[in-house]
Amino acid sequence: MTGRSRAFAYAGSALVLVLLAALAFALGRFPISLSELLQIAANKLFGTDYAVAPSAETVVLQVRGPRILAALLVGAALAAAGTAYQGMFRNPLVSPDILGVSAGAALGAVLGIFFSQSALVIQLGAFAGGLAAVGLVYAVGANVRRHDPILSLILAGIVLGTLLGALIALLKYLADPYNQLPAITYWLLGSLAAVSPGDLALAAPFALAGLVPLYLLRWRMNLLSLSDDEARALGVPVARLRIAVVCAATLMTAAAVAISGIIGWVGLLIPHAARMLIGPEFSRLLPLSMVLGAAFLLAVDTLARTVAPIEIPPGVLTALIGTPFFLWLFATARRAWQ
Amino acid sequence: MAVRVQARQLGYGYPGRPVGRDLELELGAGEVLCVLGPNGGGKTTLFRTILGLLAAQAGEVRLEGQPLEALARSEVARRVGYVPQGHVAQFAFTVRDVVLMGRTAHVGLFAAPGAADREAAERAIEALGIGALAERVVTELSGGERQLTMIARALAQGARALVLDEPTASLDFGNQVRVLREIRRLAAEGYAVVFSSHDPSQAFLAASRVLLLARGGALRQGTPAEVITAENLRLVYGVEVHVAPLDGTSVCLPVL
Repeated sequence: MTGRSRAFAYAGSALVLVLLAALAFALGRFPISLSELLQIAANKLFGTDYAVAPSAETVVLQVRGPRILAALLVGAALAAAGTAYQGMFRNPLVSPDILGVSAGAALGAVLGIFFSQSALVIQLGAFAGGLAAVGLVYAVGANVRRHDPILSLILAGIVLGTLLGALIALLKYLADPYNQLPAITYWLLGSLAAVSPGDLALAAPFALAGLVPLYLLRWRMNLLSLSDDEARALGVPVARLRIAVVCAATLMTAAAVAISGIIGWVGLLIPHAARMLIGPEFSRLLPLSMVLGAAFLLAVDTLARTVAPIEIPPGVLTALIGTPFFLWLFATARRAWQ
Repeated sequence: MAVRVQARQLGYGYPGRPVGRDLELELGAGEVLCVLGPNGGGKTTLFRTILGLLAAQAGEVRLEGQPLEALARSEVARRVGYVPQGHVAQFAFTVRDVVLMGRTAHVGLFAAPGAADREAAERAIEALGIGALAERVVTELSGGERQLTMIARALAQGARALVLDEPTASLDFGNQVRVLREIRRLAAEGYAVVFSSHDPSQAFLAASRVLLLARGGALRQGTPAEVITAENLRLVYGVEVHVAPLDGTSVCLPVL
């Protein structure tokens, strides 16, 4: 792939993202015209004084603004985490949801809700749960040496996911049906409908704390796609690097789960699409993957709140798109991820 | 002559399962050591010990005079380049990206390769004559092309010693010859090269010295003519072999 076609991939996906964002602001039960949108933006950014209907301004700034920001943040974070997991486990079929990270993070968060903890503790619970899940899955996958490592990793993730699901079900059963159960259900279904600016402010530093190390290590990440011996012979202390990347990717997943609950498939689908466009080189792949992830979730969330009279949980839509994609990937295994 | 790789009374293997012991080895600039031995004879185990990927069970390894344990991973990588056996490409990196990964030990932890690293990678690509492949992806290369890419990556490490684990395994006849020619050329440029093989004739073609490993450790070490004899090969492989002179060198022909 040449430099020019790489530039096209970046520019094209960035353009799609901007158009989608404009569309997301415009569409909804209360339509906003493009000129209104530009006027509100100009008022806010450049201090101009266009006359805009206050209701339109409220919709853009208070209702749709935080929700769009949340979709961008969650989409980018899940895609970045998926890209890191896939490169690190040398495996194109892993993703935050398949590795059990999402379920672990959800259990951590549900525990926080169950014991009526503060938002920060719920966030930390999500992180700890995610980290514990990925650690367990990796330990099982690494120790079951007689089987195909890819298969054992995925199976370990599925089995652990089932166990975590049972624990979550137990907590739901025990939870207070008026206060806690709706909160828990909302989380597990995954939604951006009730995102507040406060949620964003709380989760953004976690996402950033995960992104910064991934970005700094972006070139070195490539070495994790080699066998351990090769990477070490090339001068990389593999074990330390892997721990750093697992923590960073899990932090990003937990931040995303804390905002939106579990939204599956983004972390599996998007890194693939990005890799098909631009190749596996991580320092080029990471930014494109994040832009595509943000655009994808924004599109899904906009559909979720506009196509039907009631909101469809975005996780339902990503599953509708993701399942056939995964099956196709499984059928064409080797070729598809190269 | 600068000693690049040295082993003293080296015991190698795994805790509780020694593979070889009391190995003495000294390899200088321009020398090529061919390591021969049966499957499971410990060739790869020895290489992993020399590269510091496996802890020595006894004795020590020195690289350019420095004891291996005292060197950080990146310092080892700048002293010995490694071409692993049967590299399996998982992701569709381009040849250029793969060779650039050889520069890891010269790139800061949080940095990407700079202009000097890119130049070093290009030089390595040119040296192996694979410039035309630079933008191809490794998963689509033939076995021979991939092996040349891996050697280029080892060269890009900037090390003056190279360890190649069965570099001709599963290559066709022409590519085997090309890889051996490359080994001789590198030695002529002053590299110290260690490679393992299943074909004793390759030692006559490309090596200045031979280390013959049997199960349980080193059996013989010396020039190809000294070590590769019908008797030694019978001892190690359990088959009858003719070692016949041909055009100033020798070839090994099994007797069926």
